[in-house]
Amino acid sequence: MSGLARDRARGPIVAAWLVGIAAAIAVIANTRFTADMSAFLPREATAEQKVLVDQLRDGTLSRLLLVGIAGGDAASRARISIALGNALRHDGAFAQVHNGDATETARDREYVFANRYLLSPAVTPQRFTVEGLHAAIADSIDLLASPAGMMLKSVLPRDPTGEIVRLAGDLAGTARPRLEGGAWASQDGERAILLLETRAGGSDLDAQEQALARIRTAFGQAVATSRVSGGNVSLLLSGTGVFAVASRATIHDEVVRLSIASTTLIVLLLLAVYRSVVALALGLVPVVSGALAAVAAVSLADGFVHGLTLGFGTTLIGEAIDYSIYLFIQSGERNDESWVRRFWPTIRLGVLTSICGFATLLLSGFPGLAQLGLYSITGLAVAALVTRFVLPRLLPARFRVRDLTPLGRTLAAAVERAAALRWLLAVIALASLAALLLHRAPLWNRELSALSPVSAADQALDQQLRSDLGAPDARYLVVASGDSLDAALAASERAAQALDPIVERGVLGGFEAPSRFLPSRATQQARQAALPPRPELEARLRAATAGLPLAAARLAPFLDDAERIRTRQPLVRPDLVGTSLAHAIDALVVPQGQRWTAMLPLRPPEGSATIDAAAVRAALSSARVDGALFIDIKDEADRLYGGYLGEAMRLSAAGFVAIVVLLALALRQPARVARVLAPLVLAVLAVAGTFAAAGQPMILLHLVGMLLIVAIGSNYALFFDRGAGTGASGSSAANAANDGARPRLLASLLTANLTTVAGFGLLAFSSVPVLAALGTTVGPGAILALVFAAMLAPRP
Amino acid sequence: MIRALALGLVVAAAASMALAAGEWTVAELMQGLAARGPERAKFVERKHLAILDQPVVSTGELSWTPPARLEKRTVTPKAESLILDGGLLTLERDRRKTTLRLAEYPQIAAIVESLRGMLAGDRTALEKTYRLEAYGTRERWTLVMLPSDAQVAALVQRIDVAGNGNRVRSIEIRQSDGDRSVMSIE
Repeated sequence: MSGLARDRARGPIVAAWLVGIAAAIAVIANTRFTADMSAFLPREATAEQKVLVDQLRDGTLSRLLLVGIAGGDAASRARISIALGNALRHDGAFAQVHNGDATETARDREYVFANRYLLSPAVTPQRFTVEGLHAAIADSIDLLASPAGMMLKSVLPRDPTGEIVRLAGDLAGTARPRLEGGAWASQDGERAILLLETRAGGSDLDAQEQALARIRTAFGQAVATSRVSGGNVSLLLSGTGVFAVASRATIHDEVVRLSIASTTLIVLLLLAVYRSVVALALGLVPVVSGALAAVAAVSLADGFVHGLTLGFGTTLIGEAIDYSIYLFIQSGERNDESWVRRFWPTIRLGVLTSICGFATLLLSGFPGLAQLGLYSITGLAVAALVTRFVLPRLLPARFRVRDLTPLGRTLAAAVERAAALRWLLAVIALASLAALLLHRAPLWNRELSALSPVSAADQALDQQLRSDLGAPDARYLVVASGDSLDAALAASERAAQALDPIVERGVLGGFEAPSRFLPSRATQQARQAALPPRPELEARLRAATAGLPLAAARLAPFLDDAERIRTRQPLVRPDLVGTSLAHAIDALVVPQGQRWTAMLPLRPPEGSATIDAAAVRAALSSARVDGALFIDIKDEADRLYGGYLGEAMRLSAAGFVAIVVLLALALRQPARVARVLAPLVLAVLAVAGTFAAAGQPMILLHLVGMLLIVAIGSNYALFFDRGAGTGASGSSAANAANDGARPRLLASLLTANLTTVAGFGLLAFSSVPVLAALGTTVGPGAILALVFAAMLAPRP
Repeated sequence: MIRALALGLVVAAAASMALAAGEWTVAELMQGLAARGPERAKFVERKHLAILDQPVVSTGELSWTPPARLEKRTVTPKAESLILDGGLLTLERDRRKTTLRLAEYPQIAAIVESLRGMLAGDRTALEKTYRLEAYGTRERWTLVMLPSDAQVAALVQRIDVAGNGNRVRSIEIRQSDGDRSVMSIE
């Protein structure tokens, strides 16, 4: 092609490319980036899973913060806890602040006592007959003989049937931490502890971060204004919000750090190889184009881009840069049209192989995984196309990089010798298979927490604080729903009725229910209807107290209270304002689209950490509570993740089959297909075998890493195959061409491999498990794929 | 309710057990108590409450295991048990168990620890909270315990323990709100 023709052709294609880049930048400018790990939660499928995902994202569980105060002496810690608690109660960021402070519960008690006839399940028409009243009052008198009845003594004139005794038992049945100096302390007395609930959901990371900053500030002030003795005090924080905020910071830091490090490494490497800044800049054109297009594509498809996708994406630089390396080094002294004719089909096949591998990820139910698939496909395809169609048109006339033929000849000699070591491959294959088949530790980690970037030390602190608190870990829930708040409360009542008998039988330690402190309207009205009008009640009371040591005349306050409660409007949510029960209602009854869901957290029986799920489900179904579900959050999350891990394995297998079919169609000779696949399969086997032998269970991202080994390695194997193909043709022209081409090919493959390893290898040092898994798989895997491909290459 | 635990029962029960082998001078009484082993006795307790026209009556059994365990098992009008063991006070009624840590309730701890001091014959501990006065003869004696601690005095006005020989016959607790309870021991 003449220079003139080339200039003419340059126009439209380069213009189209520039327009594409501008469009991608415009899309990216409006893109939302997130580091919320819940993006890696599976898309919910069943009702249980929907509740689960909502709970993990924004439920009470996600809003709880555990605070510990360590150091100093017990009295100092208690003073700081009380000062901190008071400050945080006045801070709108917190819905609940619990630290054992006595004044905290006074208003709750007042609400419960003032509305006892609406709240008590014992209020039935039978209880307010003459016989019912007689029995209830006689019970109360019996109770006065006991120390447990002394609470009742002062309120007996207002509450002769003892409703408050039962309500207090229901509402304060939970195990609580010990008190020291008027504030909660850990079992060993070494820490003061507080339990906070943020108003913002756990996935609102900015709000969580602010809440944590407020706690730190308030703690500083509490320390400054309290007398502290016995040494320095320190603040310990844990909870989902703490983890999420720390994870976001870690992911952000690491993505930035790793991107800079791997980019620097790749740039230095390429400068050393090319000895030309122009070549380096041009070489980055396809990479940058691919990355921009990939981010824009993900943004358009999902509406947001996850930080981890970007972290993953920077490593794809390592693969995408290969295309320009092949172009620059392999074309050598020839012009690029010749390269296009000779090498492009091989690269095209390599790109198509990679796309086959990643396309299956698009089908994954894991949003995070689907995003990685889309990112990879778009990035690689665009980088390859830009290398093929745009880059040659940007090259200056007589563009040339340093001739690497001498290096290539050394490599060729090494490859010659390596072929003699092929028997080693059989040994590696057998050893890897043996490791995989004989492994003792599980091959795969099926727990969702394996994806979490939270450090073991932080998890240990969390465990510590939770056990200090008597563990409100909210692992077990019964959920029931209705199409309004009131309907959800009614559903909660039916579920509570079903659960009461199994609490009696000791299957459950107990449970909380929102309907206990805000019954449904119908239930409240039924209880009001059970209360006779005042004159009637007075007459019955006179008859009921005959023969009892408690004269009806003393009980006028009871008649007043009963009449007031009988004629009042039923309680609604605003009546709870000012009590901690208001926040409890908001936490336990949540709107979900058109419906409201009530949650009943369950406690395991005393001395047990788990709940008999079958017994709870049986109780719910035998009581015919429609739509009430028992959920074990940890089990459900692990099952869900395990399911998606299985799905990802099937998808990867499908991707592998697609690659085999593609290669069979392109190469048309089973022997060649086998020769291309063998080094890839061997590399994957060796990497997986190493993990198995080391007893390191793999996670989902190791699987993605294996796909990447196949995608990257297929380029190497195809080039070796192509080199052999031309050599085998026996034409003298090809042989002559081969003379310089093969060493240059080898040099380009080594360079490409080094950039890939630089990109992925650094990930291995990440503290984010998701990234480290990719690094430890792809780094060694890419090297092995190249070495194995070289060893298996037919002699030219 | 917490106060009640300390007052209604522990005070009475502990006092009764402590004095089961009473001497009529405080010093001798304490010496005798320090040498005692485990004991059991039946009790009848009458509570005179301002709100009720008649006293409420409960019956059951007390047992003391040195150095720190006191158990009160009530049979009528309703079964329940109250156990003071070390620093824990546990009440079980209607299959519902409530456990209190004495350390969290300094007022009650003051009462309980001094009573336990008496059961163990530890006069020093006892006199941290009460002023002790002994009247009568060895055959028919009365020990009067008057709170010297202001917090305890807010709950208890006085405790009268009566006995003959080495037996405690009754414990009467007058509360500061005017209510009183009398426990007779078999």
